[in-house]
Amino acid sequence: MALRTIMTKRTFAGVLGFRQQLRGVQTFSLPDLPYDYGALEPAINGEIMQLHHQKHHQTYITNYNKALEQLHDAINKGDSSTVAKLQSAIKFNGGGHINHSVFWKNLTPIREGGGEPPKGSLGSAIDTNFGSIEAAIQKMNAEGAALQGSGWVWLGVDKELKRLVIETTSNQDPLVIKGPNLVPLLGIDVWEHAYYLQYKNVKPDYLKNIWKVMNWKYAAEVYEKECP
Amino acid sequence: MMAATIASANSLTSAFLPRQGLNGSSQSLQWRTQKKQFARKAGSGTITAKFDLKPPPYPMDALEPHMSSRTFEFHWGKHHRAYVDNLNKQIDGTELDGKTLEDIILVTYNKGSPLPAFNNAAQAWNHQFFWESMNPNGGGEPSGELLELINRDFGSYDAFVKEFKAAAATQFGSGWAWLAYKPEDKKLALVKTPNAENPLVLGYTPLLTIDVWEHYHLLLVESAT
Repeated sequence: MALRTIMTKRTFAGVLGFRQQLRGVQTFSLPDLPYDYGALEPAINGEIMQLHHQKHHQTYITNYNKALEQLHDAINKGDSSTVAKLQSAIKFNGGGHINHSVFWKNLTPIREGGGEPPKGSLGSAIDTNFGSIEAAIQKMNAEGAALQGSGWVWLGVDKELKRLVIETTSNQDPLVIKGPNLVPLLGIDVWEHAYYLQYKNVKPDYLKNIWKVMNWKYAAEVYEKECP
Repeated sequence: MMAATIASANSLTSAFLPRQGLNGSSQSLQWRTQKKQFARKAGSGTITAKFDLKPPPYPMDALEPHMSSRTFEFHWGKHHRAYVDNLNKQIDGTELDGKTLEDIILVTYNKGSPLPAFNNAAQAWNHQFFWESMNPNGGGEPSGELLELINRDFGSYDAFVKEFKAAAATQFGSGWAWLAYKPEDKKLALVKTPNAENPLVLGYTPLLTIDVWEHYHLLLVESAT
């Protein structure tokens, strides 16, 4: 896991955030949002978006970078116990960075196509796998509402089996934890920090409204790339 | 936050009723020290088992500025209430009906493969315990035997506070940080538990807790900005 993290960082470094060289370790920085903080209102208010991006995502990146540097040192010293100890911090903070980077792209203002259902191959794949887009949304909302504690609900594609899946992950586990061939198309953050300041304890309303700003175009592009 | 009041598990309310069958016989139960309360469902005329949402042991604004009354309103009036209401619905008419809250927690924990009622039962208990862990006149060091144990097991009160804060801050996700007593070691310990879990299921005695679910501190952030 540790080595794989090091080996694969190049592949997602290009996609997620800007690369920096620090003490020989490639670290990450906060990617810009592709829209203004207030652009998703009224579905998600600007205060949440700003806090979520500037504070939460930034904290995951800061702690991920710290853990990567400690990992680098521990590997150089042959300190296996520290390498093993760092795994939970890497999974949590690295996962937080990966998940939020996908999440920002999963959302888009209504005037830029937010909430418009997918056309093309993703649309028909959803019909095949779940019956209809409404049924898929209902299933994701039900699983998101039932998730205890902090986590994510995902629409993903198994790139080997070419099959769509709906999965939940705990805390900041990225979807790939649930299967090495799973690629996230859409993820909904059901941590309280994603909705609490606006929706308080009424998580189902957040889940209902987030679909109004869902960027299906992004999901369709990823799907077509994985299942040409 | 580090309230000096130590709530013992036995002082917590699990108001419940003996379940009465149609023949009127009540089940034999292990009676603990909980208060017994009788509640009647309006209109039905039948006596039913029911946990009550106990009011916090102080007014909702009593912990300001550390905890705003708004946070308290949501945290107690919405979150805690929902756990209690949903638990009552879940256990109604089941074999859990009539058991103490602690027994429901232990039974539904199911050795680490929790049954559906575990989450609501444990969160109802955890929140009640959390309210008892705080006190408007709280803060400062404890005294007596607890202070001696803290000094023995953590080095000093300050070291304990530092470790407790660190435990709460490093929780990966929703959960709780606890000061607990481990009977088998005869020692105090800091315990982090995910989501609804608590030290009871580990066989420890909880002494203090900090809620590290985000709903507890997010509104504090809001009022600070």
